[in-house]
Amino acid sequence: MAKAPTKAAKARSGNGGAGESAQPDPAPAELLEYYRQMLLIRRFEEKAGQLYGMGLIGGFCHLYIGQEAVVVGAHSTAKPQDTVVTSYRDHGHMLACGMDPKGVMAELTGRQGGYSKGKGGSMHMFSRTKNFFGGHGIVGAQVPIGTGLAFAHTYKGDGGLCFTYFGDGAVNQGQVYESFNMAQLWNLPVLYVIENNKYGMGTSIERSSATTDLFNRGQAHGIPGAAVNGMDVVAVRAATLKAADHVRTQGPFILEMKTYRYRGHSMSDPAKYRTKEEVAQMRKEHDPIDTLRDRLLAAGVADENKLRDIDRDIKAVITEAAEFAQQSPEPDVSELYTEVLAAG
Amino acid sequence: MAVQVLMPALSPTMTEGKLAKWLKQEGEAVKSGDPIAEIETDKATMEMEAADDGVLGKILVAEGTEGVAVNTPIAVIVAEGEKVTAPSAVMPAKAGIQAEPAAETGPRLSPRTEVRGSAGVTKAAEKTWTGPTGAQSVREALRDAMAEEMRRDPTVFLMGEEVGQYQGAYKVSQGLLDEFGPKRVIDTPITEIGFAGLGVGAAFGGLRPIVEFMTFNFAMQAIDHVINSAAKTLYMSGGQMGCPIVFRGPNGAAARVGAQHSQCYASWYAHCPGLKVVAPWSAADAKGLLKAAIRDPNPVIVLEHEILYGQSFPVPQEADFVVPIGKAKIEREGTHVTIAAFSRMVGVALEAAQMLAGDGIEAEVINLRSLRPLDVDTLVASVAKTNRIVSVEEGWPGFGVGAEIAALMMERAFDLLDAPVVRVAGADVPMPYAAILEGLALPKAADIAKAARDVCYL
Repeated sequence: MAKAPTKAAKARSGNGGAGESAQPDPAPAELLEYYRQMLLIRRFEEKAGQLYGMGLIGGFCHLYIGQEAVVVGAHSTAKPQDTVVTSYRDHGHMLACGMDPKGVMAELTGRQGGYSKGKGGSMHMFSRTKNFFGGHGIVGAQVPIGTGLAFAHTYKGDGGLCFTYFGDGAVNQGQVYESFNMAQLWNLPVLYVIENNKYGMGTSIERSSATTDLFNRGQAHGIPGAAVNGMDVVAVRAATLKAADHVRTQGPFILEMKTYRYRGHSMSDPAKYRTKEEVAQMRKEHDPIDTLRDRLLAAGVADENKLRDIDRDIKAVITEAAEFAQQSPEPDVSELYTEVLAAG
Repeated sequence: MAVQVLMPALSPTMTEGKLAKWLKQEGEAVKSGDPIAEIETDKATMEMEAADDGVLGKILVAEGTEGVAVNTPIAVIVAEGEKVTAPSAVMPAKAGIQAEPAAETGPRLSPRTEVRGSAGVTKAAEKTWTGPTGAQSVREALRDAMAEEMRRDPTVFLMGEEVGQYQGAYKVSQGLLDEFGPKRVIDTPITEIGFAGLGVGAAFGGLRPIVEFMTFNFAMQAIDHVINSAAKTLYMSGGQMGCPIVFRGPNGAAARVGAQHSQCYASWYAHCPGLKVVAPWSAADAKGLLKAAIRDPNPVIVLEHEILYGQSFPVPQEADFVVPIGKAKIEREGTHVTIAAFSRMVGVALEAAQMLAGDGIEAEVINLRSLRPLDVDTLVASVAKTNRIVSVEEGWPGFGVGAEIAALMMERAFDLLDAPVVRVAGADVPMPYAAILEGLALPKAADIAKAARDVCYL
C-alpha cells in the first residue's frame, strides 16, 4: 500500500476529553430517534434475559444493558457504505445497524428464522445487507478483522470506514496492537471504539491494565484518541462525528467510551467483583436513557404522552420479536451438514 | 393481566436452585428490571429481576426453599389494582424447548461423506491436459499461478512478510511487485495473527486475499483466525458470510533448521470443517491447485514445501490449466501395493517404488494432492486392485493423515484388505538439528519400501 503524505500531520497524540464540542446539537427528531433506539435495545435485552430465564435461550448470552448510548450515538454518524464489527456482546450493535429484532431474537432461541438460521447463536450473527460483520466470540479477534474491512474500503476506494468495537478486556490482547500498527502504517479508515465498561468479565480495569487511559493506547503507533462520556448519547455522537472525520481523511482514531454494564458479564455472573451500590448509583445517576428522557422533557422536544407512545410501540416490537422467536421452527435436521463450504 | 414469575435458569447448566430470599413482598409495586428475589445456584447467588411492571400479587414459593426446578411458578405479578385470581386463571408461561432429537439426528457410527467435508466439491472428472508442457520449477509455477489469477481478478492481492521488495523470502513472489504494484503486493510487518485476521476481514469485505506465511510454523500464531474466523464463519452465519482466502507457504521439514522450523501441519488443518487443504508435489500440482485455491469461495490452505521449490517438472502450457481440489493423482500404476503420499513424500514414494520394482513388486503411488476433501474413492479403487496400502507423511504418526487413511480403509475397504494398513511417518520427536539424527527422523525411500514389503508379507 502506498503511504499517504499525511503521516506527519496526524502524528499528534491523544486529546482526552475532546470531541464533545463544536458540533451542532442534534435536531429534535434525531434525539427522539436515539431515544427510541436506546429503548429498543434496553427492552430487547430485558426480554432476552427473561427468555434465557425460561430456558428458551441457551449457552452464553451477554446483555448490553447500560451501554446503549455508545452504539446508538456512534452509529448515528455512519454512512451507508460503512461497516461494523464487534465482540460477542453484540445484540445492541445489530439493532443499531437496523437488523430486524425478530431475526436477532430468533437466533438467540436457535430457530430457523434467526439471522444465522439458528446455527450461530447470540455471539455469531451477521448481515451483509446491513454491513454488520459479527458477532465474534474470541476476545480481540474482531480488531484485525475490522482493520481488514477498513483495508477493503481503501482497496475498493468506496469512502467507507469500519467501526471496530471492542471492550476494555480486549485492549490487552496482542493482536489489537498488531492491528493498530498496520492501520496507522497504511492509513486505514478504521475507527476503534473501546467500550470501557470497567470490567473484563469480573476483573476491573485497574486490576488488569498497567495504564487505564485507554484512549492513549494508540500512542505508540501515533494513533490519536479521545475519551468520551459513553453514558451520554449526544456526547458520543459529537465525538464520533469528529473522530470519523479524522478517520475518513487521515487514518485510524481511537474513542474510549466510558460506559457501564448493569448486568453480569454473561447470564451466570455471581457479581462478587462489584457492589450493588455501585451498580445502583450508575443506574440512578448516569442511565443513558433516563438522561436523554430528562433532556427531551426539559427541552420540550417531547411530553410524557409522546414518550409513553414510544414506550408502547417498542413494547409491541419486542413482544412480536419474542413471539416470533418462540414460534419460528427449530432448524430442519438437514441443516446440520449445510453451509460448511460454499459451492464452487 | 396476571403473569406468572417462573424460576429462572441463571446458567447454561442450571436445572434447579434455592429461592434464597424475596427482595419484594406481596403487595409491593415492581418495575421491569427491579430485583425481586435472590436465587442460589450451584455456582453463585444471583438476583432475579422482574420482567413486567405491576404489583407482586402473590408469592408461590417461600424464601429458603431448596431444589426449586427451573420454570416452576414462584410468584404472580398483577396489574395495579388487580386481584390475584385463582391459580387456574393465571397465564401459564411458555415452557422452554423440549429437546427431542428425531431419530435420524442421533450419532452416526460411520459418518463418511459428511465428515469428509464433501459439500461443494465437484464430482466431475478431471480434465486431461494433452497439450505441450514446459519445464518449470515449483517456485516459478506458484508465482505464475498468482500472477495469472491477479491478472484475471482485480480483487486478488498478495500480502505477507517480504513478499514485495525482497521478492519473497523463498523467491516465490519474484516479479509480482513490479507487475502489480504496492497496492496488490503488500509487505506486512512481522505480525502473523494481525495480518491473518486482517486478511479475513478483507475477504469479508469482498476481496480475495492470498496470505503468505513465510513458513507454516509461524502460522501457529495466526491459527485462531484461520480456524475461528475464516473456517467457521460461513456456517455460523447461516451461509451469508463466505471467506474466500488463501493461506499459503512452505510446510514440513526443510533442512537443518531445528524443531521450531520443521513441522508438518497437514493433519492440523485437515481436521477442521470449513477449510480446504491442498499439498502439491509437482510444479503442475502447484500451479493448478494454487489457481483453483484462489478461485475457490472458501478458505484454502496451500501447504507447499521448501525443498520442492527448486525442483523442475513438466507443466501444461494451456492458459486455462487448473487442477480441481479434491482429486488425487495416480503417479505410478501398480498392482501389488498402494502407496499414498503427499507433498515431498510423493517423490520419496516414487523412489521406493523403483526399489520395489527391482524386487518384482509393482507399487501404485497415489499423490493425494488434496487432504481436505480427501479423494477416498481413488484410494479405495486402488486398494480394490492391490489389497494393500501404506501411507507416507513427514508429520508425526499420532492422529495424523496416515491415521485418517487407516480409519477410512477400515470403514470403506475392510473386505478388500489382505494386510493391515501401515503408516510411514516422521519420528515422534521434535525435529533434531544434528544431521545424523534429522536423517533418522524423516521417512526415506528404504523405510517406505520396507513397509510395502511388510504388507506384502515378503
